[in-house]
Amino acid sequence: MKVIVLAKHAPDPESEISVASDGKSVNTSGLVYDINDWDRYAVEEAIRIKEDKGGEVVVVGVGTNCDDTLRKCLAMGADRAIKIPVDTSFDAYQTAEVIKEAIKDEEFDMILAGLMSQDLNNAQVGVLLAAMLDLPIATAVAELNVEDGKVIAKRELEGGYLEEVELPTPCVITVQSGINEPRYVSIMGIKRAKSKEMKEVSISPSISTLEIEKMYLPPVKKAEMIEGDPSQIAEKLIEILKERGLI
Amino acid sequence: MKVFCVAEYRFDELNPLSIELLNLANQVKGDGSSEAVVIGKDVGKYAEELAKYADKVWKIEDDSLENYTPDLYVDVLMQLIEREKPDMILIGNTAQGGEFAPYLAAKLNAPIATDVVGVDVSGGVKVSRYLMQGKLMVDMKLKSTPCVLTIRQGVFKEGAEIGGEIVDAGIKPSKESRRKFISYIEPEVGEVDIAQADIIVSVGRGIEDESNIELAQELADLLGGVVAGSRPVIDNGWLPKDRQVGISGKVVKPKLYLALGISGAFQHVMGMKDSELIIAVNKDPEAPIFGVAHYGVVADLFDVVPELIEKLKELKGA
Repeated sequence: MKVIVLAKHAPDPESEISVASDGKSVNTSGLVYDINDWDRYAVEEAIRIKEDKGGEVVVVGVGTNCDDTLRKCLAMGADRAIKIPVDTSFDAYQTAEVIKEAIKDEEFDMILAGLMSQDLNNAQVGVLLAAMLDLPIATAVAELNVEDGKVIAKRELEGGYLEEVELPTPCVITVQSGINEPRYVSIMGIKRAKSKEMKEVSISPSISTLEIEKMYLPPVKKAEMIEGDPSQIAEKLIEILKERGLI
Repeated sequence: MKVFCVAEYRFDELNPLSIELLNLANQVKGDGSSEAVVIGKDVGKYAEELAKYADKVWKIEDDSLENYTPDLYVDVLMQLIEREKPDMILIGNTAQGGEFAPYLAAKLNAPIATDVVGVDVSGGVKVSRYLMQGKLMVDMKLKSTPCVLTIRQGVFKEGAEIGGEIVDAGIKPSKESRRKFISYIEPEVGEVDIAQADIIVSVGRGIEDESNIELAQELADLLGGVVAGSRPVIDNGWLPKDRQVGISGKVVKPKLYLALGISGAFQHVMGMKDSELIIAVNKDPEAPIFGVAHYGVVADLFDVVPELIEKLKELKGA
Protein backbone atom coordinates (compact mmCIF):
# COMPACT_ATOMS: atom_id res chain seq x y z
CA MET A 1 0.00 0.00 0.00
CA LYS A 2 1.45 3.34 -1.00
CA VAL A 3 0.24 6.24 1.09
CA ILE A 4 0.85 9.90 0.40
CA VAL A 5 0.51 12.02 3.50
CA LEU A 6 0.27 15.81 3.57
CA ALA A 7 2.07 17.64 6.36
CA LYS A 8 1.92 21.39 6.90
CA HIS A 9 4.59 23.35 8.70
CA ALA A 10 2.23 25.63 10.57
CA PRO A 11 2.29 28.23 13.32
CA ASP A 12 0.93 27.17 16.68
CA PRO A 13 -2.17 29.26 17.49
CA GLU A 14 -1.06 29.19 21.13
CA SER A 15 1.98 31.29 20.18
CA GLU A 16 1.95 35.08 20.11
CA ILE A 17 -0.53 36.19 17.46
CA SER A 18 -0.70 39.71 16.03
CA VAL A 19 -1.48 41.40 12.73
CA ALA A 20 1.43 42.49 10.51
CA SER A 21 1.86 46.17 9.59
CA ASP A 22 0.21 45.65 6.17
CA GLY A 23 -3.03 44.85 8.01
CA LYS A 24 -3.54 41.84 5.77
CA SER A 25 -1.32 39.12 7.20
CA VAL A 26 -0.15 37.54 10.43
CA ASN A 27 2.94 38.98 12.06
CA THR A 28 5.37 36.06 11.83
CA SER A 29 7.83 37.32 14.46
CA GLY A 30 6.02 35.90 17.47
CA LEU A 31 5.05 32.63 15.83
CA VAL A 32 6.29 29.20 16.80
CA TYR A 33 6.10 26.68 13.93
CA ASP A 34 5.71 22.94 14.08
CA ILE A 35 3.96 20.16 12.19
CA ASN A 36 0.24 20.92 12.03
CA ASP A 37 -1.31 18.95 14.88
CA TRP A 38 -3.94 17.23 12.70
CA ASP A 39 -1.22 16.21 10.21
CA ARG A 40 0.80 14.61 13.00
CA TYR A 41 -2.09 12.17 13.43
CA ALA A 42 -2.27 11.64 9.66
CA VAL A 43 1.45 10.83 9.46
CA GLU A 44 1.14 8.38 12.37
CA GLU A 45 -1.83 6.71 10.68
CA ALA A 46 0.12 6.40 7.40
CA ILE A 47 3.09 4.81 9.17
CA ARG A 48 0.82 2.36 11.01
CA ILE A 49 -0.75 1.30 7.71
CA LYS A 50 2.71 0.66 6.29
CA GLU A 51 3.79 -1.28 9.36
CA ASP A 52 0.68 -3.40 9.10
CA LYS A 53 0.34 -3.87 5.33
CA GLY A 54 3.77 -3.03 3.95
CA GLY A 55 4.32 -0.45 1.22
CA GLU A 56 5.59 3.09 1.30
CA VAL A 57 4.81 6.42 2.97
CA VAL A 58 5.60 9.57 1.02
CA VAL A 59 5.20 12.84 2.89
CA VAL A 60 4.46 16.04 0.97
CA GLY A 61 5.06 19.55 2.32
CA VAL A 62 4.33 22.95 0.81
CA GLY A 63 6.33 26.04 1.80
CA THR A 64 9.82 27.44 1.51
CA ASN A 65 10.51 26.68 5.18
CA CYS A 66 8.85 23.32 5.65
CA ASP A 67 12.06 21.23 6.02
CA ASP A 68 11.79 20.79 9.80
CA THR A 69 8.34 19.32 9.54
CA LEU A 70 9.29 17.02 6.65
CA ARG A 71 12.35 15.79 8.56
CA LYS A 72 10.21 15.16 11.59
CA CYS A 73 7.89 13.01 9.46
CA LEU A 74 10.88 11.10 8.04
CA ALA A 75 12.15 10.58 11.59
CA MET A 76 8.74 9.27 12.61
CA GLY A 77 9.00 6.67 9.84
CA ALA A 78 7.95 8.13 6.48
CA ASP A 79 10.13 6.74 3.67
CA ARG A 80 10.72 9.84 1.60
CA ALA A 81 9.62 13.44 1.31
CA ILE A 82 8.55 15.78 -1.45
CA LYS A 83 9.04 19.45 -0.74
CA ILE A 84 7.23 22.03 -2.83
CA PRO A 85 9.16 25.22 -2.04
CA VAL A 86 6.41 27.74 -2.66
CA ASP A 87 4.54 29.83 -0.14
CA THR A 88 0.92 29.52 -1.15
CA SER A 89 -1.51 32.13 0.06
CA PHE A 90 -4.61 31.84 2.17
CA ASP A 91 -6.20 30.30 -0.92
CA ALA A 92 -6.45 26.53 -0.38
CA TYR A 93 -6.88 26.02 -4.14
CA GLN A 94 -3.25 27.01 -4.59
CA THR A 95 -2.02 24.47 -2.08
CA ALA A 96 -4.17 21.69 -3.55
CA GLU A 97 -3.07 22.61 -7.06
CA VAL A 98 0.67 22.41 -6.41
CA ILE A 99 0.29 19.15 -4.46
CA LYS A 100 -1.70 17.65 -7.33
CA GLU A 101 1.10 18.55 -9.76
CA ALA A 102 3.86 17.28 -7.48
CA ILE A 103 2.32 13.83 -7.01
CA LYS A 104 1.11 13.26 -10.55
CA ASP A 105 3.62 10.50 -11.25
CA GLU A 106 3.12 8.73 -7.93
CA GLU A 107 0.83 5.73 -8.12
CA PHE A 108 -0.68 5.83 -4.68
CA ASP A 109 -3.49 3.94 -2.96
CA MET A 110 -4.44 6.63 -0.51
CA ILE A 111 -3.82 10.27 0.36
CA LEU A 112 -3.99 11.02 4.07
CA ALA A 113 -4.16 14.52 5.51
CA GLY A 114 -5.24 16.27 8.68
CA LEU A 115 -8.83 17.51 8.81
CA MET A 116 -7.65 21.12 8.85
CA SER A 117 -4.61 23.26 9.55
CA GLN A 118 -4.21 24.66 13.03
CA ASP A 119 -3.53 28.18 11.73
CA LEU A 120 -6.03 28.79 8.92
CA ASN A 121 -8.69 26.27 9.98
CA ASN A 122 -10.01 26.08 6.41
CA ALA A 123 -10.43 22.28 6.23
CA GLN A 124 -10.24 22.49 2.44
CA VAL A 125 -6.95 21.25 0.98
CA GLY A 126 -7.61 17.49 1.29
CA VAL A 127 -11.10 17.74 -0.18
CA LEU A 128 -10.13 20.11 -3.01
CA LEU A 129 -7.31 17.75 -3.92
CA ALA A 130 -9.72 14.80 -3.94
CA ALA A 131 -12.08 16.70 -6.24
CA MET A 132 -9.26 17.74 -8.58
CA LEU A 133 -8.17 14.09 -8.80
CA ASP A 134 -11.80 12.91 -8.89
CA LEU A 135 -11.23 10.52 -5.97
CA PRO A 136 -13.71 9.50 -3.26
CA ILE A 137 -13.30 11.23 0.07
CA ALA A 138 -14.00 10.79 3.76
CA THR A 139 -13.25 13.62 6.17
CA ALA A 140 -12.91 13.88 9.97
CA VAL A 141 -12.10 10.19 10.23
CA ALA A 142 -11.77 8.96 13.81
CA GLU A 143 -11.05 5.30 12.99
CA LEU A 144 -9.63 3.78 9.83
CA ASN A 145 -9.38 0.16 8.73
CA VAL A 146 -7.59 -0.72 5.53
CA GLU A 147 -8.61 -3.86 3.66
CA ASP A 148 -7.88 -5.19 0.20
CA GLY A 149 -8.91 -2.51 -2.29
CA LYS A 150 -11.08 -0.66 0.17
CA VAL A 151 -11.11 1.20 3.48
CA ILE A 152 -13.68 1.31 6.24
CA ALA A 153 -13.75 4.70 7.93
CA LYS A 154 -15.63 5.97 10.95
CA ARG A 155 -16.30 9.68 10.53
CA GLU A 156 -16.88 11.98 13.46
CA LEU A 157 -20.30 13.65 13.45
CA GLU A 158 -21.88 16.06 15.93
CA GLY A 159 -22.92 15.02 19.42
CA GLY A 160 -20.53 12.08 19.81
CA TYR A 161 -22.03 10.12 16.91
CA LEU A 162 -19.94 8.39 14.26
CA GLU A 163 -20.80 7.45 10.69
CA GLU A 164 -19.27 4.28 9.29
CA VAL A 165 -18.57 4.35 5.55
CA GLU A 166 -16.74 2.22 2.98
CA LEU A 167 -14.60 3.63 0.17
CA PRO A 168 -12.65 1.99 -2.64
CA THR A 169 -8.98 2.84 -3.05
CA PRO A 170 -7.48 5.07 -4.27
CA CYS A 171 -9.17 7.63 -2.05
CA VAL A 172 -8.50 10.67 0.10
CA ILE A 173 -8.95 10.51 3.88
CA THR A 174 -8.69 13.45 6.26
CA VAL A 175 -8.25 12.47 9.89
CA GLN A 176 -9.63 13.96 13.07
CA SER A 177 -7.22 14.51 15.95
CA GLY A 178 -7.23 11.67 18.48
CA ILE A 179 -7.49 8.93 15.80
CA ASN A 180 -4.28 7.41 17.22
CA GLU A 181 -1.45 8.23 19.58
CA PRO A 182 1.33 9.75 17.48
CA ARG A 183 4.77 8.38 18.30
CA TYR A 184 7.61 10.53 19.53
CA VAL A 185 10.61 10.94 17.31
CA SER A 186 13.46 8.72 18.49
CA ILE A 187 17.19 9.41 18.22
CA MET A 188 17.44 6.40 15.89
CA GLY A 189 14.62 7.83 13.83
CA ILE A 190 16.42 11.14 13.47
CA LYS A 191 19.63 9.34 12.41
CA ARG A 192 17.80 7.23 9.86
CA ALA A 193 15.96 10.27 8.50
CA LYS A 194 19.28 11.83 7.45
CA SER A 195 19.76 9.28 4.69
CA LYS A 196 16.19 9.49 3.44
CA GLU A 197 15.33 11.31 0.22
CA MET A 198 13.86 14.82 0.28
CA LYS A 199 13.06 15.80 -3.28
CA GLU A 200 12.25 19.38 -4.19
CA VAL A 201 9.61 19.96 -6.85
CA SER A 202 9.19 23.59 -7.89
CA ILE A 203 5.69 24.49 -9.00
CA SER A 204 3.93 27.83 -8.97
CA PRO A 205 0.21 28.01 -8.37
CA SER A 206 -1.87 29.42 -11.23
CA ILE A 207 -5.24 29.72 -9.49
CA SER A 208 -6.29 32.67 -7.38
CA THR A 209 -9.85 32.82 -6.06
CA LEU A 210 -9.57 35.02 -2.97
CA GLU A 211 -8.26 38.40 -1.99
CA ILE A 212 -7.54 39.29 1.63
CA GLU A 213 -8.88 42.75 2.46
CA LYS A 214 -8.21 43.00 6.16
CA MET A 215 -6.92 41.01 9.10
CA TYR A 216 -7.72 42.07 12.65
CA LEU A 217 -8.22 41.01 16.24
CA PRO A 218 -11.78 39.85 16.76
CA PRO A 219 -14.01 42.22 18.69
CA VAL A 220 -14.84 40.39 21.91
CA LYS A 221 -16.94 41.13 24.88
CA LYS A 222 -14.46 40.64 27.67
CA ALA A 223 -15.05 38.79 30.90
CA GLU A 224 -14.74 40.72 34.15
CA MET A 225 -11.12 40.08 35.00
CA ILE A 226 -10.04 39.09 38.50
CA GLU A 227 -6.60 40.20 39.47
CA GLY A 228 -4.22 39.71 42.36
CA ASP A 229 -1.88 37.03 43.66
CA PRO A 230 -3.13 33.43 43.60
CA SER A 231 -4.40 33.65 47.19
CA GLN A 232 -6.35 36.85 46.51
CA ILE A 233 -7.76 35.39 43.29
CA ALA A 234 -8.90 32.25 45.12
CA GLU A 235 -10.51 34.44 47.78
CA LYS A 236 -12.44 36.43 45.17
CA LEU A 237 -13.54 33.31 43.32
CA ILE A 238 -14.90 31.86 46.56
CA GLU A 239 -16.83 35.08 47.19
CA ILE A 240 -18.42 34.82 43.75
CA LEU A 241 -19.34 31.17 44.31
CA LYS A 242 -20.83 32.00 47.72
CA GLU A 243 -22.87 34.87 46.28
CA ARG A 244 -24.32 32.50 43.72
CA GLY A 245 -25.10 29.89 46.34
CA LEU A 246 -22.76 27.42 44.68
CA ILE A 247 -20.88 26.65 47.90
CA MET B 1 -28.83 37.56 -6.15
CA LYS B 2 -30.04 33.97 -6.37
CA VAL B 3 -28.90 32.16 -3.24
CA PHE B 4 -29.02 28.39 -2.83
CA CYS B 5 -29.08 26.89 0.68
CA VAL B 6 -28.36 23.17 0.96
CA ALA B 7 -30.38 21.73 3.84
CA GLU B 8 -29.19 19.09 6.27
CA TYR B 9 -31.06 16.65 8.49
CA ARG B 10 -30.22 13.57 10.53
CA PHE B 11 -32.21 11.16 12.67
CA ASP B 12 -35.51 12.56 11.37
CA GLU B 13 -34.73 16.16 12.32
CA LEU B 14 -33.89 19.16 10.20
CA ASN B 15 -30.66 20.80 11.39
CA PRO B 16 -31.62 24.32 12.64
CA LEU B 17 -28.56 25.61 10.78
CA SER B 18 -30.51 24.99 7.54
CA ILE B 19 -32.96 27.73 8.59
CA GLU B 20 -30.04 29.98 9.55
CA LEU B 21 -28.72 29.62 5.99
CA LEU B 22 -32.08 30.83 4.70
CA ASN B 23 -32.06 33.76 7.13
CA LEU B 24 -28.71 34.79 5.69
CA ALA B 25 -29.94 34.24 2.13
CA ASN B 26 -32.96 36.45 2.79
CA GLN B 27 -30.65 39.17 4.14
CA VAL B 28 -28.39 39.23 1.08
CA LYS B 29 -30.67 38.22 -1.82
CA GLY B 30 -31.79 41.78 -2.72
CA ASP B 31 -34.25 41.43 -5.62
CA GLY B 32 -33.17 37.83 -6.10
CA SER B 33 -34.36 34.75 -4.26
CA SER B 34 -33.58 32.38 -1.40
CA GLU B 35 -33.84 28.78 -2.60
CA ALA B 36 -33.40 25.77 -0.35
CA VAL B 37 -32.27 22.44 -1.74
CA VAL B 38 -33.15 19.31 0.17
CA ILE B 39 -31.81 15.94 -0.92
CA GLY B 40 -32.91 12.48 0.20
CA LYS B 41 -35.30 9.61 -0.23
CA ASP B 42 -38.43 11.20 1.18
CA VAL B 43 -37.88 14.83 2.09
CA GLY B 44 -41.41 16.24 2.05
CA LYS B 45 -41.57 17.15 5.72
CA TYR B 46 -38.20 18.92 5.63
CA ALA B 47 -39.29 20.79 2.49
CA GLU B 48 -42.38 22.07 4.29
CA GLU B 49 -40.34 23.36 7.21
CA LEU B 50 -37.83 25.01 4.87
CA ALA B 51 -40.56 26.58 2.71
CA LYS B 52 -41.56 28.83 5.62
CA TYR B 53 -38.26 30.67 5.26
CA ALA B 54 -37.49 30.26 1.54
CA ASP B 55 -38.83 31.71 -1.69
CA LYS B 56 -38.48 28.25 -3.19
CA VAL B 57 -37.56 24.77 -2.04
CA TRP B 58 -36.06 22.32 -4.51
CA LYS B 59 -36.66 18.66 -3.67
CA ILE B 60 -34.25 16.10 -5.06
CA GLU B 61 -35.50 12.63 -4.26
CA ASP B 62 -34.24 9.15 -5.07
CA ASP B 63 -33.92 5.86 -3.20
CA SER B 64 -30.14 6.03 -3.59
CA LEU B 65 -30.13 9.37 -1.71
CA GLU B 66 -31.55 7.89 1.50
CA ASN B 67 -28.23 8.33 3.29
CA TYR B 68 -25.84 11.19 2.59
CA THR B 69 -22.79 10.47 0.46
CA PRO B 70 -20.54 13.23 -0.87
CA ASP B 71 -20.43 11.58 -4.31
CA LEU B 72 -24.18 11.76 -4.91
CA TYR B 73 -24.75 15.09 -3.16
CA VAL B 74 -22.16 16.68 -5.43
CA ASP B 75 -23.59 14.87 -8.47
CA VAL B 76 -27.18 16.06 -8.03
CA LEU B 77 -26.19 19.55 -6.84
CA MET B 78 -24.00 20.01 -9.92
CA GLN B 79 -26.96 19.16 -12.15
CA LEU B 80 -29.26 21.64 -10.39
CA ILE B 81 -26.63 24.39 -10.18
CA GLU B 82 -25.72 24.12 -13.87
CA ARG B 83 -29.40 24.37 -14.77
CA GLU B 84 -30.54 27.07 -12.31
CA LYS B 85 -27.31 29.10 -12.10
CA PRO B 86 -27.33 30.43 -8.52
CA ASP B 87 -24.85 33.19 -7.60
CA MET B 88 -24.09 31.83 -4.17
CA ILE B 89 -24.39 28.41 -2.54
CA LEU B 90 -24.67 28.32 1.25
CA ILE B 91 -23.92 25.10 3.13
CA GLY B 92 -23.75 24.46 6.88
CA ASN B 93 -20.26 24.17 8.32
CA THR B 94 -20.94 20.74 9.79
CA ALA B 95 -19.40 17.29 9.57
CA GLN B 96 -21.52 16.77 6.46
CA GLY B 97 -21.46 20.23 4.85
CA GLY B 98 -17.78 20.76 5.59
CA GLU B 99 -17.07 17.57 3.68
CA PHE B 100 -18.90 18.01 0.39
CA ALA B 101 -18.73 21.82 0.10
CA PRO B 102 -15.08 22.05 -1.01
CA TYR B 103 -15.64 19.09 -3.36
CA LEU B 104 -18.60 20.86 -4.95
CA ALA B 105 -16.66 24.12 -5.19
CA ALA B 106 -13.74 22.44 -6.95
CA LYS B 107 -16.08 20.75 -9.44
CA LEU B 108 -17.69 24.14 -10.14
CA ASN B 109 -14.30 25.91 -10.28
CA ALA B 110 -15.86 28.25 -7.75
CA PRO B 111 -14.22 30.19 -4.92
CA ILE B 112 -14.97 28.81 -1.47
CA ALA B 113 -14.79 30.18 2.06
CA THR B 114 -15.43 27.91 5.03
CA ASP B 115 -16.76 28.54 8.55
CA VAL B 116 -18.02 31.99 7.55
CA VAL B 117 -19.53 34.31 10.19
CA GLY B 118 -20.22 37.43 8.11
CA VAL B 119 -21.27 38.10 4.51
CA ASP B 120 -21.34 41.45 2.71
CA VAL B 121 -22.61 41.63 -0.89
CA SER B 122 -22.49 45.40 -1.36
CA GLY B 123 -19.60 45.10 -3.85
CA GLY B 124 -19.06 41.52 -4.94
CA VAL B 125 -19.02 38.86 -2.24
CA LYS B 126 -16.99 39.62 0.87
CA VAL B 127 -16.89 37.32 3.89
CA SER B 128 -15.54 37.39 7.44
CA ARG B 129 -14.15 34.37 9.22
CA TYR B 130 -11.89 33.48 12.11
CA LEU B 131 -8.49 31.90 11.90
CA MET B 132 -5.83 30.87 14.43
CA GLN B 133 -8.48 29.04 16.46
CA GLY B 134 -10.48 32.20 17.00
CA LYS B 135 -7.63 34.59 17.80
CA LEU B 136 -7.73 36.49 14.50
CA MET B 137 -10.34 37.52 11.97
CA VAL B 138 -10.04 38.07 8.27
CA ASP B 139 -12.22 39.84 5.72
CA MET B 140 -11.76 38.55 2.22
CA LYS B 141 -13.23 38.93 -1.20
CA LEU B 142 -14.24 35.98 -3.33
CA LYS B 143 -13.15 36.85 -6.83
CA SER B 144 -16.01 35.34 -8.84
CA THR B 145 -19.50 33.90 -8.70
CA PRO B 146 -20.95 31.41 -8.27
CA CYS B 147 -19.22 30.92 -4.95
CA VAL B 148 -19.62 28.41 -2.15
CA LEU B 149 -19.76 29.42 1.52
CA THR B 150 -20.01 27.17 4.55
CA ILE B 151 -21.66 28.98 7.42
CA ARG B 152 -20.93 28.70 11.14
CA GLN B 153 -23.89 27.67 13.28
CA GLY B 154 -25.57 30.14 15.61
CA VAL B 155 -24.68 33.36 13.76
CA PHE B 156 -27.77 33.98 11.58
CA LYS B 157 -30.51 32.99 13.99
CA GLU B 158 -32.80 35.94 13.29
CA GLY B 159 -35.13 35.87 10.34
CA ALA B 160 -38.73 36.19 9.32
CA GLU B 161 -41.02 33.62 7.77
CA ILE B 162 -41.77 34.34 4.11
CA GLY B 163 -43.56 31.24 2.84
CA GLY B 164 -42.38 29.93 -0.50
CA GLU B 165 -43.22 27.15 -2.95
CA ILE B 166 -41.96 23.57 -3.01
CA VAL B 167 -40.81 22.27 -6.38
CA ASP B 168 -39.63 18.82 -7.43
CA ALA B 169 -36.31 19.48 -9.17
CA GLY B 170 -36.76 16.43 -11.39
CA ILE B 171 -33.15 15.45 -10.90
CA LYS B 172 -31.77 11.94 -10.34
CA PRO B 173 -28.22 10.83 -9.57
CA SER B 174 -26.32 10.15 -12.80
CA LYS B 175 -24.12 7.44 -11.25
CA GLU B 176 -23.60 5.20 -8.25
CA SER B 177 -21.83 6.46 -5.18
CA ARG B 178 -18.30 5.19 -4.77
CA ARG B 179 -18.58 5.71 -1.05
CA LYS B 180 -21.13 3.47 0.71
CA PHE B 181 -22.91 4.37 3.92
CA ILE B 182 -22.78 1.51 6.42
CA SER B 183 -24.29 2.73 9.68
CA TYR B 184 -24.47 5.36 12.39
CA ILE B 185 -22.73 4.52 15.65
CA GLU B 186 -24.16 5.92 18.87
CA PRO B 187 -21.94 7.56 21.47
CA GLU B 188 -20.72 5.33 24.26
CA VAL B 189 -22.39 5.88 27.60
CA GLY B 190 -19.99 6.42 30.49
CA GLU B 191 -20.42 6.34 34.25
CA VAL B 192 -21.06 10.08 34.55
CA ASP B 193 -23.33 12.14 32.31
CA ILE B 194 -21.70 15.57 32.34
CA ALA B 195 -24.78 17.06 30.66
CA GLN B 196 -26.70 16.43 33.91
CA ALA B 197 -24.12 18.00 36.26
CA ASP B 198 -24.70 21.34 38.02
CA ILE B 199 -21.02 22.05 38.46
CA ILE B 200 -18.35 21.21 35.90
CA VAL B 201 -14.62 21.63 36.32
CA SER B 202 -13.35 21.46 32.77
CA VAL B 203 -9.72 21.10 31.75
CA GLY B 204 -7.94 21.88 28.50
CA ARG B 205 -4.49 21.63 27.05
CA GLY B 206 -3.21 23.78 29.94
CA ILE B 207 -3.57 20.83 32.32
CA GLU B 208 -0.36 19.62 30.64
CA ASP B 209 -0.31 16.03 31.83
CA GLU B 210 -2.63 13.15 32.68
CA SER B 211 -1.33 13.12 36.26
CA ASN B 212 -2.72 16.64 36.78
CA ILE B 213 -6.31 15.53 36.18
CA GLU B 214 -6.26 14.58 39.88
CA LEU B 215 -6.00 18.24 40.79
CA ALA B 216 -9.14 19.05 38.81
CA GLN B 217 -10.86 16.03 40.32
CA GLU B 218 -10.03 17.19 43.85
CA LEU B 219 -11.49 20.61 43.10
CA ALA B 220 -14.58 19.06 41.50
CA ASP B 221 -15.08 16.79 44.54
CA LEU B 222 -14.92 19.78 46.90
CA LEU B 223 -17.45 21.69 44.78
CA GLY B 224 -19.71 18.66 44.34
CA GLY B 225 -19.14 18.65 40.59
CA VAL B 226 -17.68 16.52 37.82
CA VAL B 227 -14.58 16.78 35.65
CA ALA B 228 -14.90 17.30 31.90
CA GLY B 229 -12.48 18.36 29.21
CA SER B 230 -11.89 19.96 25.84
CA ARG B 231 -10.75 18.17 22.70
CA PRO B 232 -6.96 17.98 23.32
CA VAL B 233 -7.50 16.30 26.69
CA ILE B 234 -9.79 13.69 25.15
CA ASP B 235 -7.47 13.19 22.15
CA ASN B 236 -4.63 12.45 24.55
CA GLY B 237 -6.75 9.86 26.31
CA TRP B 238 -6.56 11.70 29.66
CA LEU B 239 -10.35 11.67 29.97
CA PRO B 240 -12.87 9.37 28.29
CA LYS B 241 -14.75 10.55 25.18
CA ASP B 242 -18.04 10.93 27.06
CA ARG B 243 -16.43 13.73 29.11
CA GLN B 244 -15.81 15.89 26.03
CA VAL B 245 -17.55 19.28 25.92
CA GLY B 246 -18.11 20.69 22.43
CA ILE B 247 -19.89 20.25 19.12
CA SER B 248 -18.49 16.75 18.61
CA GLY B 249 -18.95 15.89 22.29
CA LYS B 250 -21.64 17.10 24.66
CA VAL B 251 -23.49 20.37 25.06
CA VAL B 252 -23.66 21.35 28.74
CA LYS B 253 -25.48 24.11 30.62
CA PRO B 254 -24.38 23.76 34.27
CA LYS B 255 -24.79 26.34 37.03
CA LEU B 256 -21.02 26.68 37.14
CA TYR B 257 -18.52 25.97 34.37
CA LEU B 258 -14.96 26.39 35.55
CA ALA B 259 -12.67 26.34 32.51
CA LEU B 260 -9.07 25.57 33.44
CA GLY B 261 -6.41 25.97 30.76
CA ILE B 262 -8.98 25.93 27.95
CA SER B 263 -8.25 28.34 25.09
CA GLY B 264 -11.84 28.42 23.88
CA ALA B 265 -11.91 27.19 20.30
CA PHE B 266 -15.36 27.62 18.71
CA GLN B 267 -16.01 23.90 18.68
CA HIS B 268 -15.62 23.89 22.48
CA VAL B 269 -17.46 27.16 23.15
CA MET B 270 -20.58 25.91 21.36
CA GLY B 271 -20.75 23.16 23.95
CA MET B 272 -20.68 25.38 27.07
CA LYS B 273 -21.57 28.99 26.22
CA ASP B 274 -25.05 28.75 27.76
CA SER B 275 -23.73 27.79 31.21
CA GLU B 276 -25.17 30.03 33.96
CA LEU B 277 -21.77 31.08 35.31
CA ILE B 278 -18.51 30.67 33.43
CA ILE B 279 -15.18 31.28 35.12
CA ALA B 280 -12.05 30.86 33.02
CA VAL B 281 -8.46 30.51 34.15
CA ASN B 282 -5.85 30.77 31.41
CA LYS B 283 -2.27 31.98 31.13
CA ASP B 284 -2.92 33.62 27.75
CA PRO B 285 -4.71 36.99 28.10
CA GLU B 286 -5.77 36.73 24.44
CA ALA B 287 -7.43 33.32 24.85
CA PRO B 288 -10.88 33.40 23.17
CA ILE B 289 -12.39 31.73 26.26
CA PHE B 290 -12.38 35.17 27.93
CA GLY B 291 -14.84 36.30 25.27
CA VAL B 292 -17.46 33.89 26.57
CA ALA B 293 -16.58 33.76 30.29
CA HIS B 294 -18.31 35.94 32.90
CA TYR B 295 -15.19 36.08 35.05
CA GLY B 296 -11.65 35.64 33.84
CA VAL B 297 -8.34 35.01 35.55
CA VAL B 298 -5.09 35.43 33.64
CA ALA B 299 -2.87 33.10 35.62
CA ASP B 300 -1.27 29.68 35.72
CA LEU B 301 -3.94 27.22 36.81
CA PHE B 302 -1.28 25.44 38.88
CA ASP B 303 -0.95 28.59 41.01
CA VAL B 304 -4.66 29.30 41.40
CA VAL B 305 -6.23 25.85 41.72
CA PRO B 306 -4.19 24.65 44.76
CA GLU B 307 -5.06 27.92 46.56
CA LEU B 308 -8.71 27.42 45.73
CA ILE B 309 -8.58 23.84 47.00
CA GLU B 310 -6.95 24.97 50.27
CA LYS B 311 -9.54 27.66 50.87
CA LEU B 312 -12.44 25.34 50.06
CA LYS B 313 -11.03 22.79 52.51
CA GLU B 314 -10.78 25.46 55.23
CA LEU B 315 -14.34 26.46 54.51
CA LYS B 316 -15.58 22.88 54.76
CA GLY B 317 -13.58 22.24 57.91
CA ALA B 318 -14.93 25.35 59.59
